Amino acid sequence: MSELLPLAIVLPIVASAAAVIVGRVREESGWYLALIGTAVQVVLAIGIATQVFGDGRITHHLAGFPPPQGIQLVADGLSAAVLSVVAVVGFVVLGYTRGSETHRTAFYAGYLLLVGGLAGVTLTGDLFNMYVFLEITGLAAYALVASANTGRSALAGLRYLIIGTIGASLFLLGVGYAFVATGTLNMMDLSAELAAAGYRSRLVLASFALIVTGLAIKIALFPVHTWQPEAYASAPDSVSTLISALVSTAAAYAIARILYSVYTVEFFTAVPTAQDLLVYAAALSVLAGSVLAVLQSEIKRMLAYSSVSQFGLVVAAFALANQTAFLGGTIHLVGHAVMKGGLFAAAGVIAIRTGARTVDEYADLAAEAPIATGTFAVLGLALVGVPPAVGFVGKWYIALGAVAEGVWIIAAVILLSTLLTLAYFARVIERMYFGMDVPGETAAVADGGRPTISPKLAIAVAAVVAVIVMGLGATWFASLLEPTMEFLFGL
Amino acid sequence: MIDLILTRYHYIAAILLLAIGLYMLIAIKNLVAKVIGLNIFQTGIFLFFITTGMVTGGAPPLLGPHAEGPFVSPLPHVLILTAIVVGVSLTAVALTLIVRIYAEYGSLREDIIREVRANE
Repeated sequence: MSELLPLAIVLPIVASAAAVIVGRVREESGWYLALIGTAVQVVLAIGIATQVFGDGRITHHLAGFPPPQGIQLVADGLSAAVLSVVAVVGFVVLGYTRGSETHRTAFYAGYLLLVGGLAGVTLTGDLFNMYVFLEITGLAAYALVASANTGRSALAGLRYLIIGTIGASLFLLGVGYAFVATGTLNMMDLSAELAAAGYRSRLVLASFALIVTGLAIKIALFPVHTWQPEAYASAPDSVSTLISALVSTAAAYAIARILYSVYTVEFFTAVPTAQDLLVYAAALSVLAGSVLAVLQSEIKRMLAYSSVSQFGLVVAAFALANQTAFLGGTIHLVGHAVMKGGLFAAAGVIAIRTGARTVDEYADLAAEAPIATGTFAVLGLALVGVPPAVGFVGKWYIALGAVAEGVWIIAAVILLSTLLTLAYFARVIERMYFGMDVPGETAAVADGGRPTISPKLAIAVAAVVAVIVMGLGATWFASLLEPTMEFLFGL
Repeated sequence: MIDLILTRYHYIAAILLLAIGLYMLIAIKNLVAKVIGLNIFQTGIFLFFITTGMVTGGAPPLLGPHAEGPFVSPLPHVLILTAIVVGVSLTAVALTLIVRIYAEYGSLREDIIREVRANE
């Protein structure tokens, strides 16, 4: 049943085109088409995941052309996990966009295109194909960011477009270097041919540097994160929920895929400098992202800088290249998607209920919007790494991996990152529950005070449940990921 | 050195295009000029890709009754066709956003837009 792989990519893209066509006749059809498209996408993703975790890796040759000439689609444990997150988050966030005035047919066409592009990034086994899907993802993301109909979001979208395109172009240039060195673009084939070309050859080193730099821009690691805070902050709340959960996640997946399936662990053994540079750059991102997050006054910008820091952690884990760190990186990659998506969803609900969008305005909101602020607090603490939430498990394995590798500075940075994450969330949580306002004054502002659950709030609450369930199920997930890790580490 | 320039001029052209594109992106304040810079930057990469397919004395890769090798590699051309399509779509989205920015702020210059936003 390897036909599921192309279906999972084609279906959202076809649905996107259908949304444009049907939307010309019936303006309000976009949401329903997106709902059907993403619902089927969830079924496909579950189908792929059960096959991968049951019978192992699946491959599909597009149009029957065998690799290395043809394009190959591959699903292993890592891609199945990320694909499932993409499908489920894509489906759930639709509940957030429901009934919005500004979200028309074109919005849902872009939404579906984004989901299709992300599915493509996770499933492709061909380097050039990955570039195309990264650009499809990017294109949809730029348009979605600008969909807020404000000048600010258009500017942020354009900035994101220019910087994102430079990133993708560097990636493409790196792919070109690898192609010149080996004459192939298929990932499996490349891993053998790159070894034959010699890991220390200048072409191979340059291709690695260009590809990793390009992806770092797409992930938004410090110091090439500059597009990201404004893009997240100025996008509509539904879009920042979707994009913060998925787009950088897919780029971080791409970096893991390229490290392990293209350059392989042996490349790092042969060129330890490349590994060190990547690990330390990622660690710098952890520190700088946290410090910048503490300095923000706007909540959405704070959450955005928090992503810079958390993705530093994920990339550091992948670059450490041992099994424990890899497991931690994968868990944190998936867990962060749910936690950060949930945080943006909660922040959006709080903004609708109370109008609060800055850290100072969050003072004493706990009484006004108890469930939304509670969700925000729990998800924040989950991201800090309080057990039993998934944030704890991911960081725990990454720290263990760093200790096992003997890189004490990184181990220290990871442990410190927990404290730093607490630094910017504690600031908000403290204001929400123990704010400076006189009590009673705010109670009068609260409308009736009875807590109600809207679909948007339900999404944030679902994220809390998911975060705890994922934290408890992490050992089970680790056992599922075992065959994939053995394959990637060449055991 | 002269020899290098004469035999590797296509690389020099590609690097020049990359550098010019990047310079326009960083130094020029006009948003439309930035998008043109982005296009020039991408064209540098396209040129690099296409020249890698070159085989000295190679024939066009068209099979037929009189086809005789060696052929130039067609694969980079196919890849770059796709990349050009991506580039055109990006330009379209970028220009759409610029139209909206102009309608909102009444200028295409980055520094003036920043002033307008600061005054708001």
